[in-house]
Amino acid sequence: MTTTALRTAAARASDLSKVYGSGDTRVTALDHVSVDFYRGEFTAIMGPSGSGKSTLMHCMAGLDSVSAGSARIGDVELNGLKDKALTKLRRDQIGFVFQAFNLLPTLTALENITLPMDIAGRKVDKAWLDRVIATVGLADRLGHRPSQLSGGQQQRVACARALASRPEIIFADEPTGNLDSRSGAEILGFLRSSVRELGQTIVMVTHDPVAASYADRVVFLADGRIVDELHAPTADSVLDRMRAFDAKGRTS
Amino acid sequence: MFKTALRNVLSHKGRLLMTMLAVVLGTAFVAGTLVFSDSVSTALKNSLSHNYDHVSARVENSAAGEGRRAADNNSDNKPLTDATLRRIKALPGTATAVGTVQGFAGISDPNGNLIGQRGSTQGTNWSPDSGGTDPRYPMAQGTGPNSATQVAIDQRTAQKNGFKVGDTLRVAVNGPVMQLTVSGIFTSNDPALNADGSLVLFDTATAQKLYTAPGQYAWIDAQAKPGTSQTALEQEMEQVVPHTGNITLHTGAALTADAKTAVENGSSSMKTALLFFAGIALFVGIFLISNTFTMLIAQRTRELALMRALGASRKQVRRSVLWEALVVGFTASAVGLGVGVGIGAALKAWAGSSGNIPAGGLTVTPSTALITLAVGTVVTALAALFPALRASRVPPVAAMSSNDQPASQKSLVVRNSIGLVLAGLGVGVVLLGVSQGGSSGRMPVALGALLVMLGVFVLTPLLSRPLIAAVGPLFRRLFGISGTLAKQNAIRNPRRTAATASALTIGVTLITALTVIGSSITTTITHQVTSNMKADYAVSSELGYPITPTLVSEVKSAKGVSAASVIDSQYVTLDGKQLSLSGFDAATFDQVVAPDLTSGTTDAFKQGQLLIDADQAGSRGLHVGSSVPVEYPNGTSGTLTVGGVYPKSDLLGPAMLSEQALAGHTTAPFYNVVLVKSDDGASTANEQALRDATGLNPLIKVQSQQQMIDQFSSLISMMLTILYALLGMAVLIAILGVVNTLAMSVFERKRELGMLRAVGLDKRGVKRMVRLESVVIAVFGAAMGVGIGTFLAWAANNLLKSDLSGLTTVLPWSRLALFIALGATVGLLAALWPARRAARLDILGAIKTD
Ligand SMILES: Nc1ncnc2c1ncn2[C@@H]1O[C@H](COP(=O)(O)OP(=O)(O)OP(=O)(O)O)[C@@H](O)[C@H]1O
Ligand SMILES: [Mg+2]
Repeated sequence: MTTTALRTAAARASDLSKVYGSGDTRVTALDHVSVDFYRGEFTAIMGPSGSGKSTLMHCMAGLDSVSAGSARIGDVELNGLKDKALTKLRRDQIGFVFQAFNLLPTLTALENITLPMDIAGRKVDKAWLDRVIATVGLADRLGHRPSQLSGGQQQRVACARALASRPEIIFADEPTGNLDSRSGAEILGFLRSSVRELGQTIVMVTHDPVAASYADRVVFLADGRIVDELHAPTADSVLDRMRAFDAKGRTS
Repeated sequence: MFKTALRNVLSHKGRLLMTMLAVVLGTAFVAGTLVFSDSVSTALKNSLSHNYDHVSARVENSAAGEGRRAADNNSDNKPLTDATLRRIKALPGTATAVGTVQGFAGISDPNGNLIGQRGSTQGTNWSPDSGGTDPRYPMAQGTGPNSATQVAIDQRTAQKNGFKVGDTLRVAVNGPVMQLTVSGIFTSNDPALNADGSLVLFDTATAQKLYTAPGQYAWIDAQAKPGTSQTALEQEMEQVVPHTGNITLHTGAALTADAKTAVENGSSSMKTALLFFAGIALFVGIFLISNTFTMLIAQRTRELALMRALGASRKQVRRSVLWEALVVGFTASAVGLGVGVGIGAALKAWAGSSGNIPAGGLTVTPSTALITLAVGTVVTALAALFPALRASRVPPVAAMSSNDQPASQKSLVVRNSIGLVLAGLGVGVVLLGVSQGGSSGRMPVALGALLVMLGVFVLTPLLSRPLIAAVGPLFRRLFGISGTLAKQNAIRNPRRTAATASALTIGVTLITALTVIGSSITTTITHQVTSNMKADYAVSSELGYPITPTLVSEVKSAKGVSAASVIDSQYVTLDGKQLSLSGFDAATFDQVVAPDLTSGTTDAFKQGQLLIDADQAGSRGLHVGSSVPVEYPNGTSGTLTVGGVYPKSDLLGPAMLSEQALAGHTTAPFYNVVLVKSDDGASTANEQALRDATGLNPLIKVQSQQQMIDQFSSLISMMLTILYALLGMAVLIAILGVVNTLAMSVFERKRELGMLRAVGLDKRGVKRMVRLESVVIAVFGAAMGVGIGTFLAWAANNLLKSDLSGLTTVLPWSRLALFIALGATVGLLAALWPARRAARLDILGAIKTD
């Protein structure tokens, strides 16, 4: 449904490298990675453990500095930005869903959802907020605190928070990693519909081929490099690709 | 278990640092106090030991000198005379013997003001030996006094005031001022001089006239010939001195021992007072220590549960925590001991520099070390007791739970009920004490105060929620999301917030109570002085001797005086009960005082009727028009009519009668005070005119209304300053407590902070959030302290009422507001480091799931 001609990048990595440590303990987590995350698209990042998925996401989201190359959100080059500007960028342009511990225990669900707007001191768009809350199906739980919500509900609140401020792009690191398959499916379906219906851009890191199948496109990372890409994935096609890497990895 | 404890201590070094610091400060205060007071008393004792170097035995007349008047009437007493001295000198064992008289001697500066403080300026006799010198007082310049018009003065006083040989010195002992010529300036190592006093020497005959009687001594010191022991000489002297109750004999060794005991008693009361404040500091420390251990254990819940799951018994877990506390307590106490020795040395140097204490080394006794170590260790272990018990109750299954947060707080119902009972009981007991009033109310009020404080501490978690939540909307409006989060964080762990705030509450309660009492007393005194006194000056005597009639008339005729009245203090028996009665001059009465008569008139007073204060009138059932029988001091009796009733006043006394009506019925007038009204109010010229009229007598005090108020309020404010300084240590420890709590909270909420930073809260926002949390906790603690302190001050004032009539509780609002503001400042300061730490937090490190 997306045509190449209309695709513009919401975020772009070019020649992005990230090196941890030095000398003996030197680890190249990202090795000259170039990849575009297109607007209005749901992209999944897959790869073996330690391949650099989280690192790529952190660099793209302005949570971590890059060693070389460039990371852009829209037109903004992140490499070289000061903490203050990065903070503002995260607040206004980026949404986050982490694997766990997304919410402040002292705030209610609703307060957690509006937190980024409260931090920015921005007015909440009431109509949009209602739509987001309706989409996540949390209307009757807004006054509860995180400890009174199930894990799946907590993740839904986190998704609503990421959506509510209408960021340029949402990054999700294994958002279903801690959930059973049913709650996971709920979240994933919800993320996909927010892309389809609300026009949101989402980048999601996952280990699960089924989760990846919800995405429009899957990018494969191995040893800090982009090794493959798959459009309109299904669980089976993703699994096939991964087997192929494994086989290659073993033979090489 | 000991090994586990040791490893825990080492691995939590940073976190235990605050606890250590609290114990160090508390124990350093204790050790400093002990070292300082021991050193001072050792130094004093050393300087004393040389005092009696030349005294082998002393015979003393206890009825001579300052206590003379009372004993004079006892005809059995025999004096120590020149004849006694001669007989002692003639004893076979005597090498030399000297007779001494001594007493107060007021020296005047050029304006007629007394030099030094009353009691610290002494006069004694110069007893030259055959060579014309007195070894006790070597002359630096000039010669000793050889006639009634000469005087010698100590070098320090002379230098301080610029007195030179040949100058005229004004000296008064108990009567009129004497103008004497300075014949010499001497040096001396008399301890009285070391302690900032003055000493003048008269020739023996003059001194005897002034202090005892011609030819009489207060004591005679004899030095033994080589080979004669002190006791042998004492026994020889026994044969030649009078044998009446007032004559006592002592050896030099006994005198030294007595003096040392006196020094010990003096320094032990100072020690007790200082240790009281050290105790408060340690008590505050308990809150901090207990809080730290609670937090450490909350953080280690899983670790402890694992130990239990692996088979450690409850007892072992408990022991391991207690061992940890003992290690921490002992180490910190040892450091505290070291710091305390430093504090003691600094205090000693400071006290020494102001000239009050003879020089000498530091005294660190083994008991100081033992006490300090024991106190610090025991206090730490005690504070860790509850946390240790809680640790032992961690169930093994907690090891399996994936819960990040410490287990949810148990219900506070039991705690709140206990708190309510304690606080309620405390308030009740305080009120009971207040209603009893006076000294009988003292015990209940003290007990009640303790209960109230305990109760409030127990209740603080309950109080913290609504009180802190109340500022929520304000915080949200002012500081946005940081404010909201800060408020939420402050109430999310009520126990911890409560313990942190309570530590501050203790200090602020005491400071507030003292301040309110001080300001109430000052205000009351000021009110009494200004409302009843119309006179510009009160002229009184420095030593409580009455003012002589001659002096009264000199004052009355001084330049600028428009009206003056004596206050003649007499005791009469009114209707069978004693009454202190003040005689005022009828003619000038209205010009010098203004009693707020509630009934009657001052005209009635002028016609010889009695004015009486409301308390006396009430207890005796008197009112205007009552006639009562009276017995006067000279034995005559009559009838007095009550002419007016006024509210109780310290200036006016319980009852007033015109001097004209009173004078004929006394044995002698006792003019305590002369009240003086000047033509043009109080002025330097008028004051000097009054001083001149007294012949610049240093024993006569001329005070304007303002000076009377100032003298008093400066006394109060000086006392408050000292108490503030002593309580400062407790407040400092409380600040450490706030720092500690915040640091722990930041550590525990690492993930939350990381998440907040990820979703866009900037560093400033994070800092502000931590700071506001700190301010909320600190202000909460301070506000509770101000509240309790005010209540206790009110109770104390009600007790003091019986000693200070008309005492009402006055709230020094600006001071109280200042305490709250200081609380906020404390909060800000305490948050400096934790807030920086929170802002510097590595976002990725914080959000990574382990
Ligand atoms: N702070 C760090 N310091 C040093 N090395 C790091 C750090 N963070 C990540 N690495 C290394 O960088 C590489 C990539 O890590 P990254 O967390 O991006 O992997 P991942 O693909 O997200 O793995 P997983 O699927 O297990 O989450 C790994 O080899 C890791 O050890
Ligand atoms: Mg990862």
